[in-house]
Amino acid sequence: MSPIHAKRGVQILHDILPALALAMLLAAVFWRQPRAMSYFGINLLLNLAIPLMFATMAQMMILAVSDLDLSIGPFVSLTASIGATLLPSRPELAVLAFALAVAAYALAGALIESRQLPSIVVTLGLSFVWLGCAVLLLPTPGGLAPEWLSSAMAYRTPWLPMPIWMALLAAVLGHFLVTRSAFGTLVRGLGGNPTAVARVGWSLIRVRAGVYALAGVFGVLSGLMLVGQTTSADPNIASRYTLVSIAAVILGGGKFVGGYVSPVGAVIGALTMTLAASFLTFLNIAPDWQVGMQGLILIMVLGLRAAIDRLERIA
Amino acid sequence: MAIDSIPEVLFEVRDAAKSFAAVQALRGVDFQIRRGECIGLVGHNGAGKSTLMNVLSGTFAADRGELRFAGLAVGSGWDVREAQRLGVRSVYQELSLCANLSLAENMRIAQPQIKGWNWRMSAGSQLVGSLERIFPGHGLRADQVVGDLSIGKRQMVEIARAFTPGALPLELMILDEPTSSLDNQAAAQLLAYIRAFVALGKSCILISHKLREIFTVTDRIVVMRDGQVVESLLTDQTSRDRVVAAMGQDERVVEKTSHALDQHGSADAPMVVKVSSTKEARAEIKAMAGEVIGLAGLAGHGQTDLLLRLQAGSANLSDARVWIDGATSFVAGDRQTDGVFGLWSIARNMNVCWLSQFRRRVFIDLKKERDGAEHWRQRLGLVTPDLDLPIFSLSGGNQQKVLFARALGSSAPIILMDDPMRGVDVGTKHDVYALIADEASRGRTFVWYTTEFDELFHCDRVYVFNNGKVVGELSRAELSEERVLSMSFDEVAA
Amino acid sequence: MKTSSAALSNFAKWQRWRAGRPWLGSCIAAVLAWAATVFTGQGHGSGELLTVALTFSAFTVLVSLGQMLVISVGPGNADLSIPSSIALSGAVAMLVMDGNNAMILPGILAAVLVGTMVGVFNFSLIRVLSIPPIIATLAGSLIVMSVAISIGRGLKIKPPPVFSDLMAMRLLGIPLLAVLALAVSVGIAIMLERTALGRSIEAVGQNDRAAGLAGLKVEATRFWAYVICAALAGLTGALISGFSGGNSLDQGQEYILLTIAVVVIGGTVVSGGAPSVPGIWSASMFMFLLVAMLNAAGAGPGLRMLLTGLIIIAVIVAASSPGKR
Repeated sequence: MSPIHAKRGVQILHDILPALALAMLLAAVFWRQPRAMSYFGINLLLNLAIPLMFATMAQMMILAVSDLDLSIGPFVSLTASIGATLLPSRPELAVLAFALAVAAYALAGALIESRQLPSIVVTLGLSFVWLGCAVLLLPTPGGLAPEWLSSAMAYRTPWLPMPIWMALLAAVLGHFLVTRSAFGTLVRGLGGNPTAVARVGWSLIRVRAGVYALAGVFGVLSGLMLVGQTTSADPNIASRYTLVSIAAVILGGGKFVGGYVSPVGAVIGALTMTLAASFLTFLNIAPDWQVGMQGLILIMVLGLRAAIDRLERIA
Repeated sequence: MAIDSIPEVLFEVRDAAKSFAAVQALRGVDFQIRRGECIGLVGHNGAGKSTLMNVLSGTFAADRGELRFAGLAVGSGWDVREAQRLGVRSVYQELSLCANLSLAENMRIAQPQIKGWNWRMSAGSQLVGSLERIFPGHGLRADQVVGDLSIGKRQMVEIARAFTPGALPLELMILDEPTSSLDNQAAAQLLAYIRAFVALGKSCILISHKLREIFTVTDRIVVMRDGQVVESLLTDQTSRDRVVAAMGQDERVVEKTSHALDQHGSADAPMVVKVSSTKEARAEIKAMAGEVIGLAGLAGHGQTDLLLRLQAGSANLSDARVWIDGATSFVAGDRQTDGVFGLWSIARNMNVCWLSQFRRRVFIDLKKERDGAEHWRQRLGLVTPDLDLPIFSLSGGNQQKVLFARALGSSAPIILMDDPMRGVDVGTKHDVYALIADEASRGRTFVWYTTEFDELFHCDRVYVFNNGKVVGELSRAELSEERVLSMSFDEVAA
Repeated sequence: MKTSSAALSNFAKWQRWRAGRPWLGSCIAAVLAWAATVFTGQGHGSGELLTVALTFSAFTVLVSLGQMLVISVGPGNADLSIPSSIALSGAVAMLVMDGNNAMILPGILAAVLVGTMVGVFNFSLIRVLSIPPIIATLAGSLIVMSVAISIGRGLKIKPPPVFSDLMAMRLLGIPLLAVLALAVSVGIAIMLERTALGRSIEAVGQNDRAAGLAGLKVEATRFWAYVICAALAGLTGALISGFSGGNSLDQGQEYILLTIAVVVIGGTVVSGGAPSVPGIWSASMFMFLLVAMLNAAGAGPGLRMLLTGLIIIAVIVAASSPGKR
């Protein structure tokens, strides 16, 4: 195989992997459970992917600037908790709380840039902050999402099940925001070669703060959708989102450094991770091993990506 | 250049001086460039070319000197932003493109004024248009990702982007080795474009080690040496030999060699290093025990790569062409990235290569370590009241001494030196030269890459590098700056 | 160029003295927290508070020492699998000891061995997957946790009576656990100061390229950091099981973030290369006393977590300087 063909072959593999994984997983699920292949079935299978998708968008923004966000899980839990406590009774307070949370995210981004701090440690600290705030709001699981939110999330969308519509929306939104727009280009440029971007005269602090703020907005959306589905909340409701969102972005073709992200791939990745979790229940894996299987899936996803990256480098 | 009227001076600098710690990079430089003129700037390592260009482009300020742009004195606020605003642009060797973005996207980042929902087409067509003008037949598309391009193509994009008119004017273009990664066709296209660019009344400064290019494209050649301008000649009134001669020193050399340096290494010393020649290299590199081998040529032409291969080669034998008999120890020249451990003390920085020597079973003998550091402090004349002070309390020259002590104090018989005297004061240099001679007489082998010509006289044999290959071997007797320069600036048949 | 000594003013001397003692801040904070707690409780049981603090800090210190080594080996390195190592090794220890006094030592050794294996597993994941260590250890910990769950679920074996007694024993008022943790700390400190591995850890953490060029084995150094960290977690798992009267699977849950907080607050440089063993002690004591103080003041877990997060961020910001690209 000539080198050019090999390179193109690996490139295609790299791009197709998320869709391929999803298709294979769907096939496996439908084979195990033929009744799942219906409006109702798909809705059931992929409903939980909706909030995860938006959390993945948030994580994707952070990965686009070569950082890592270890606090997105607790953040979504916090916004869900706000949605279950403040939103129904005192909506103005809830809006203020959301605005403050997004501002805090932006501040973290600005600090990380201006002081060259490691995003890992800062977001770990942030996760404590979000968790603490959520526990203050909801010492015990409970609360009740406002009526309009739960009925919106339970709405029966025409033609396609809601998860599919949402996936399309998230993919289109992410694509325009990150891949097509001038701002998205600047963001990815910051992730790719920050020195070059700074040399031209852009304010790196503003860009990074903006990216983190946008991630915060996605996080708020994710929390609202989550609490709309579950109607009640607790401070740990979305703690697993952190790892899963990272896996979804990487599965979708993103890289940890260099500013390489794919919004469409990330959405597909989120769908795939959700489906994988459902598939596990179909396989009747012993509950003891369910946690471990998640880890195994994660490792397989990342290992596959690493293998393809190595192939790309050789080609 | 206009024949009937003398064009005005575009950019002028008078008596520019710049020092970096102990090193004087510019010692009173007068330089001027007119509109519609292309100047070729040449000189050996450390001549001051890059420093002068950095002053002109606003990257840093000179310690002394007056800058005038278009007749107006430039204030102390001369920085990159201001320089770009007035029309001074540079293309350097390290690329400033984002590898993860496409051509059009890179263009947008560089030119923030491209707005509107159709910015991608606009940015892309501007860049591709520029590529067409400079490199017709380039075959690149605006949606290609930079990371997928070869380094030659990337350099083309870099150059085209710099030459694209934008919101800011373009009066002077500074090009630092722009053809280093271009293939012959692209290089020729660029040279032709520079002529056309200059014919429109713009100005260009070209730094290149390829004298053929300089003679093709420039109106005037400015030769620098040791931080000063030594010659400014009209291109068509001079020759290659004259330029090469101007770059080197003549009389001082004789003085230095009269201080007779003994040849190191006896005739029957065993060979300790051998790097087999490839079909490109003209010489095989060999070193016998007790010899001091020099690596010469322009900076960045493969010398450091060879040293790194030798260092790795003694650790693992994966590089089949490299054969080494004995452990090696490395003295870094680029202190920050390759040598210094910034949080550690002076003593710790010194003894990091001595760990196995002072070990009694598992534990390191702290007293012996201390004595070792003390011994080297005296031997090298390290100026510090306390070896436990942080490493950055030392001057650059003294930090370099610590790196020497690290390598020389280890038990390795072969010492690799990566241009370690850069930025070091004269006193230190002489101390270290004596040390090297002493160690060599005791059987230690040195492979010494240096960008300073005089130091090659301390070597028994010198290998000259050009474009990553060894192009010649000179013994001490054959050694002359003219020969080394000639080999460094020679066109290597591709 | 003039040397520093000639130019050293008193202020510069003070700065250097402070820089040589990165644990100073957390030490002062710990003392303040202790004083505040005692004050809130109207001075009762100040000695008892100290003893309890030492006991719980002992566990924190043991695992945080390992985390300190991993963080010190380079930027981006952290071990998030500590809780699952603790869960697994605790279960293994109880199984091996099986309530039998004679099997105490083998049980502890088994726990350490299990920890070591987890460390090897972590390192292989990092190397093979070439992903950030955070993700690798987090993903790996899920698998380790499953193994722990499968062998430890419903385990009702009590620790051997001698073991339980040892865990509660005090020597001259100081808990034996604290003495043990102190001994391990001294061991780690000696390792860092006087062995080639210790020097390598610091060198690789500061500048891995220079370390490689100086002939140090960069990958092997990282390997040992991860293995020692997990082995310490293994030991701690056995000790916690003995102390709590049996293994419980979430006994290590809080350590996932607590160890990193302790390392950061204790003054170890977050980008690597400068571990601080005394800082681990002062920060561990501080974190415990902070909780005690908040509890005495009637604050709940939410406020405690919030404060911990803010303190971590404040500490890193304070330890950094405005960077320039």
